[in-house]
Amino acid sequence: MTPAHMEAALLLAGVLFMLGLISVLIRRNIIFMLISVEIMLNAAGLAFIVAGSKWVQPDGQVMFIFILTMAAAEVSVGLALILQIYHQLKTLDSDAANLMKG
Amino acid sequence: MELTFYIAAAVATIATILTITRYNIIHALLYLVVSFLAVAVVFFTLGAPFMAALEIIIYAGAIVVLIIFVIMMLNLTHEDVDKEKAWLTPRVWVGPAILSLVLLAELAYIILAPDTQPTEALVAVDARVVGMSLYGPYMLGVQLCGILLMAGIVGAYHLGRQKKKVVHRFLQPKEGRSAAI
Repeated sequence: MTPAHMEAALLLAGVLFMLGLISVLIRRNIIFMLISVEIMLNAAGLAFIVAGSKWVQPDGQVMFIFILTMAAAEVSVGLALILQIYHQLKTLDSDAANLMKG
Repeated sequence: MELTFYIAAAVATIATILTITRYNIIHALLYLVVSFLAVAVVFFTLGAPFMAALEIIIYAGAIVVLIIFVIMMLNLTHEDVDKEKAWLTPRVWVGPAILSLVLLAELAYIILAPDTQPTEALVAVDARVVGMSLYGPYMLGVQLCGILLMAGIVGAYHLGRQKKKVVHRFLQPKEGRSAAI
Protein backbone atom coordinates (compact mmCIF):
# COMPACT_ATOMS: atom_id res chain seq x y z
CA MET A 1 0.00 0.00 0.00
CA THR A 2 1.32 3.39 -0.94
CA PRO A 3 1.23 6.29 1.50
CA ALA A 4 -1.02 8.22 -0.92
CA HIS A 5 -3.74 5.62 -0.45
CA MET A 6 -3.44 5.89 3.32
CA GLU A 7 -3.52 9.67 3.26
CA ALA A 8 -6.52 9.60 0.94
CA ALA A 9 -8.31 7.32 3.41
CA LEU A 10 -7.60 9.75 6.26
CA LEU A 11 -8.82 12.56 4.03
CA LEU A 12 -12.00 10.62 3.32
CA ALA A 13 -12.56 10.32 7.08
CA GLY A 14 -12.10 14.08 7.36
CA VAL A 15 -14.52 14.79 4.51
CA LEU A 16 -17.20 12.51 5.97
CA PHE A 17 -16.76 14.07 9.41
CA MET A 18 -17.06 17.56 7.90
CA LEU A 19 -20.25 16.60 6.04
CA GLY A 20 -21.78 15.29 9.26
CA LEU A 21 -20.73 18.45 11.10
CA ILE A 22 -22.31 20.68 8.43
CA SER A 23 -25.50 18.67 8.64
CA VAL A 24 -25.67 18.97 12.43
CA LEU A 25 -25.20 22.72 12.12
CA ILE A 26 -27.70 23.44 9.36
CA ARG A 27 -30.55 21.03 10.07
CA ARG A 28 -33.50 21.76 12.31
CA ASN A 29 -35.14 18.34 12.04
CA ILE A 30 -34.03 16.39 15.09
CA ILE A 31 -33.90 13.02 13.29
CA PHE A 32 -31.54 14.47 10.68
CA MET A 33 -29.31 15.72 13.49
CA LEU A 34 -29.17 12.18 14.92
CA ILE A 35 -28.30 10.76 11.47
CA SER A 36 -25.52 13.35 11.15
CA VAL A 37 -24.05 12.29 14.48
CA GLU A 38 -24.01 8.72 13.13
CA ILE A 39 -22.11 9.93 10.04
CA MET A 40 -19.55 11.68 12.25
CA LEU A 41 -19.09 8.61 14.48
CA ASN A 42 -18.60 6.47 11.39
CA ALA A 43 -15.95 8.86 10.08
CA ALA A 44 -14.11 8.71 13.40
CA GLY A 45 -14.18 4.92 13.22
CA LEU A 46 -12.77 5.06 9.69
CA ALA A 47 -9.86 7.16 10.97
CA PHE A 48 -9.16 4.52 13.65
CA ILE A 49 -9.21 1.75 11.04
CA VAL A 50 -6.78 3.69 8.85
CA ALA A 51 -4.39 4.14 11.76
CA GLY A 52 -4.62 0.48 12.71
CA SER A 53 -3.94 -0.51 9.12
CA LYS A 54 -0.98 1.84 8.94
CA TRP A 55 0.80 0.31 11.92
CA VAL A 56 -0.53 -3.23 11.34
CA GLN A 57 -1.90 -3.39 14.88
CA PRO A 58 -5.32 -4.66 16.00
CA ASP A 59 -5.90 -1.71 18.35
CA GLY A 60 -7.55 0.41 15.68
CA GLN A 61 -10.13 -2.26 14.96
CA VAL A 62 -10.74 -2.79 18.69
CA MET A 63 -11.44 0.93 18.99
CA PHE A 64 -13.80 0.69 16.03
CA ILE A 65 -15.75 -2.05 17.82
CA PHE A 66 -16.03 0.21 20.87
CA ILE A 67 -17.23 3.10 18.68
CA LEU A 68 -19.78 0.76 17.09
CA THR A 69 -21.11 -0.25 20.52
CA MET A 70 -21.28 3.37 21.62
CA ALA A 71 -23.13 4.35 18.43
CA ALA A 72 -25.70 1.60 18.96
CA ALA A 73 -26.36 2.64 22.58
CA GLU A 74 -26.48 6.30 21.59
CA VAL A 75 -28.95 5.80 18.76
CA SER A 76 -31.33 3.77 20.94
CA VAL A 77 -31.41 6.39 23.70
CA GLY A 78 -31.58 9.20 21.14
CA LEU A 79 -34.53 7.66 19.32
CA ALA A 80 -36.37 7.17 22.61
CA LEU A 81 -35.81 10.87 23.35
CA ILE A 82 -37.04 11.81 19.86
CA LEU A 83 -40.23 9.78 20.38
CA GLN A 84 -40.79 11.49 23.72
CA ILE A 85 -40.21 14.97 22.24
CA TYR A 86 -42.55 14.22 19.34
CA HIS A 87 -45.31 13.05 21.64
CA GLN A 88 -45.00 16.10 23.86
CA LEU A 89 -44.42 18.85 21.29
CA LYS A 90 -46.06 17.29 18.18
CA THR A 91 -43.16 18.44 16.02
CA LEU A 92 -39.62 17.39 15.08
CA ASP A 93 -38.34 20.97 15.18
CA SER A 94 -35.37 21.11 17.55
CA ASP A 95 -36.05 24.81 18.17
CA ALA A 96 -39.41 23.92 19.69
CA ALA A 97 -37.65 22.12 22.54
CA ASN A 98 -35.95 25.19 23.96
CA LEU A 99 -37.85 25.33 27.24
CA MET A 100 -36.30 23.38 30.08
CA LYS A 101 -39.58 22.13 31.44
CA GLY A 102 -41.64 19.21 30.39
CA MET B 1 -7.05 -2.28 -4.79
CA GLU B 2 -6.08 1.36 -5.30
CA LEU B 3 -8.80 1.96 -7.88
CA THR B 4 -11.37 0.15 -5.74
CA PHE B 5 -10.53 2.42 -2.85
CA TYR B 6 -10.89 5.62 -4.85
CA ILE B 7 -14.20 4.55 -6.40
CA ALA B 8 -15.59 3.57 -2.98
CA ALA B 9 -14.37 6.83 -1.47
CA ALA B 10 -16.10 8.82 -4.21
CA VAL B 11 -19.31 6.85 -3.73
CA ALA B 12 -19.18 7.38 0.04
CA THR B 13 -18.66 11.13 -0.32
CA ILE B 14 -21.41 11.60 -2.92
CA ALA B 15 -23.88 9.44 -0.99
CA THR B 16 -23.20 11.37 2.21
CA ILE B 17 -23.69 14.71 0.43
CA LEU B 18 -26.99 13.42 -0.95
CA THR B 19 -27.92 12.20 2.54
CA ILE B 20 -27.52 15.58 4.18
CA THR B 21 -29.34 17.48 1.43
CA ARG B 22 -32.52 15.37 1.21
CA TYR B 23 -35.83 16.71 2.46
CA ASN B 24 -37.46 13.29 2.86
CA ILE B 25 -36.00 11.28 5.74
CA ILE B 26 -36.53 7.89 4.09
CA HIS B 27 -34.63 9.00 0.97
CA ALA B 28 -31.83 10.28 3.18
CA LEU B 29 -31.66 6.93 4.99
CA LEU B 30 -31.41 5.02 1.71
CA TYR B 31 -28.46 7.18 0.68
CA LEU B 32 -27.01 6.67 4.17
CA VAL B 33 -27.08 2.90 3.64
CA VAL B 34 -25.19 3.37 0.35
CA SER B 35 -22.66 5.52 2.17
CA PHE B 36 -22.12 2.87 4.87
CA LEU B 37 -21.69 0.15 2.25
CA ALA B 38 -19.07 2.26 0.47
CA VAL B 39 -17.23 2.82 3.75
CA ALA B 40 -17.33 -0.95 4.29
CA VAL B 41 -15.57 -1.38 0.93
CA VAL B 42 -12.98 1.15 2.09
CA PHE B 43 -12.43 -0.97 5.23
CA PHE B 44 -11.92 -3.98 3.01
CA THR B 45 -9.28 -2.24 0.93
CA LEU B 46 -7.55 -1.16 4.15
CA GLY B 47 -7.14 -4.78 5.22
CA ALA B 48 -9.92 -5.00 7.83
CA PRO B 49 -12.46 -7.47 6.39
CA PHE B 50 -14.05 -8.30 9.75
CA MET B 51 -14.73 -4.63 10.39
CA ALA B 52 -16.29 -4.35 6.92
CA ALA B 53 -18.74 -7.12 7.85
CA LEU B 54 -19.50 -5.43 11.19
CA GLU B 55 -20.07 -2.11 9.45
CA ILE B 56 -22.65 -3.66 7.15
CA ILE B 57 -24.38 -5.71 9.86
CA ILE B 58 -24.57 -3.11 12.60
CA TYR B 59 -24.53 0.30 10.87
CA ALA B 60 -26.33 -0.44 7.60
CA GLY B 61 -28.44 -3.13 9.22
CA ALA B 62 -29.37 -2.55 12.83
CA ILE B 63 -29.02 1.20 13.31
CA VAL B 64 -30.68 2.27 10.05
CA VAL B 65 -33.54 -0.20 10.59
CA LEU B 66 -34.03 1.21 14.10
CA ILE B 67 -34.30 4.74 12.71
CA ILE B 68 -36.74 3.57 10.02
CA PHE B 69 -38.96 1.93 12.67
CA VAL B 70 -39.09 5.16 14.65
CA ILE B 71 -39.91 7.20 11.52
CA MET B 72 -42.74 4.81 10.75
CA MET B 73 -44.04 5.22 14.33
CA LEU B 74 -44.05 9.00 13.89
CA ASN B 75 -46.45 8.96 10.87
CA LEU B 76 -44.75 11.70 8.86
CA THR B 77 -46.55 13.08 5.82
CA HIS B 78 -45.96 15.38 2.85
CA GLU B 79 -46.44 18.40 5.09
CA ASP B 80 -43.31 17.47 7.00
CA VAL B 81 -41.31 17.29 3.76
CA ASP B 82 -42.56 20.74 2.79
CA LYS B 83 -41.73 22.05 6.26
CA GLU B 84 -38.24 20.59 5.94
CA LYS B 85 -37.88 22.34 2.58
CA ALA B 86 -38.87 25.63 4.19
CA TRP B 87 -36.37 25.15 7.02
CA LEU B 88 -33.37 24.46 4.81
CA THR B 89 -32.82 27.76 3.01
CA PRO B 90 -29.44 28.88 1.63
CA ARG B 91 -29.37 31.65 4.23
CA VAL B 92 -29.25 28.92 6.87
CA TRP B 93 -26.68 26.57 5.41
CA VAL B 94 -24.12 28.78 3.66
CA GLY B 95 -22.40 30.07 6.80
CA PRO B 96 -21.76 26.78 8.63
CA ALA B 97 -20.82 25.07 5.37
CA ILE B 98 -18.12 27.65 4.55
CA LEU B 99 -16.68 27.57 8.07
CA SER B 100 -16.56 23.75 8.04
CA LEU B 101 -14.91 23.78 4.61
CA VAL B 102 -12.17 26.02 6.02
CA LEU B 103 -11.58 23.47 8.80
CA LEU B 104 -11.48 20.66 6.23
CA ALA B 105 -8.94 22.57 4.13
CA GLU B 106 -6.68 22.90 7.16
CA LEU B 107 -7.03 19.18 7.89
CA ALA B 108 -6.24 18.30 4.27
CA TYR B 109 -3.17 20.51 4.37
CA ILE B 110 -1.92 18.73 7.51
CA ILE B 111 -2.51 15.26 6.06
CA LEU B 112 -1.09 16.00 2.61
CA ALA B 113 1.86 18.09 3.78
CA PRO B 114 5.00 16.72 2.16
CA ASP B 115 6.97 14.42 4.43
CA THR B 116 8.78 11.30 3.38
CA GLN B 117 7.31 7.99 4.41
CA PRO B 118 8.46 4.58 3.25
CA THR B 119 6.21 2.63 0.97
CA GLU B 120 5.03 -0.58 2.54
CA ALA B 121 2.89 -3.49 1.46
CA LEU B 122 -0.67 -3.94 2.68
CA VAL B 123 -0.86 -6.38 5.58
CA ALA B 124 -4.33 -7.45 6.59
CA VAL B 125 -5.15 -7.56 10.32
CA ASP B 126 -7.57 -10.44 10.52
CA ALA B 127 -10.32 -11.13 13.00
CA ARG B 128 -8.25 -13.58 15.03
CA VAL B 129 -5.69 -10.98 16.06
CA VAL B 130 -8.47 -8.51 16.84
CA GLY B 131 -10.20 -11.09 19.02
CA MET B 132 -7.01 -11.92 20.89
CA SER B 133 -6.44 -8.23 21.56
CA LEU B 134 -10.08 -7.61 22.46
CA TYR B 135 -10.14 -10.34 25.10
CA GLY B 136 -6.56 -9.75 26.23
CA PRO B 137 -5.44 -6.20 27.01
CA TYR B 138 -8.84 -4.65 26.24
CA MET B 139 -10.89 -6.88 28.57
CA LEU B 140 -11.87 -3.91 30.73
CA GLY B 141 -13.12 -2.07 27.66
CA VAL B 142 -15.30 -5.01 26.66
CA GLN B 143 -16.89 -5.08 30.10
CA LEU B 144 -17.44 -1.32 30.02
CA CYS B 145 -19.13 -1.77 26.64
CA GLY B 146 -21.44 -4.32 28.23
CA ILE B 147 -22.33 -1.86 30.99
CA LEU B 148 -22.90 0.86 28.38
CA LEU B 149 -25.26 -1.34 26.37
CA MET B 150 -27.14 -2.26 29.54
CA ALA B 151 -27.51 1.43 30.38
CA GLY B 152 -28.67 2.05 26.81
CA ILE B 153 -31.37 -0.60 27.03
CA VAL B 154 -32.63 0.60 30.42
CA GLY B 155 -32.47 4.24 29.35
CA ALA B 156 -34.31 3.64 26.08
CA TYR B 157 -37.02 1.69 27.89
CA HIS B 158 -37.41 4.31 30.57
CA LEU B 159 -37.48 7.25 28.16
CA GLY B 160 -39.62 5.61 25.51
CA ARG B 161 -42.38 4.52 27.89
CA GLN B 162 -45.70 6.23 27.27
CA LYS B 163 -47.99 7.46 30.00
CA LYS B 164 -50.83 5.04 30.56
CA LYS B 165 -53.97 6.18 28.72
CA VAL B 166 -57.07 6.69 30.90
CA VAL B 167 -60.01 5.21 29.07
CA HIS B 168 -62.88 6.90 30.86
CA ARG B 169 -63.40 10.57 30.02
CA PHE B 170 -64.28 11.57 33.60
CA LEU B 171 -60.95 10.19 34.74
CA GLN B 172 -58.90 12.34 32.33
CA PRO B 173 -56.60 14.85 33.97
CA LYS B 174 -57.77 18.30 32.83
CA GLU B 175 -55.33 19.21 30.05
CA GLY B 176 -52.32 19.27 32.28
CA ARG B 177 -49.77 18.13 29.74
CA SER B 178 -50.70 20.37 26.83
CA ALA B 179 -50.95 23.42 29.10
CA ALA B 180 -47.43 22.78 30.36
CA ILE B 181 -46.11 23.01 26.80
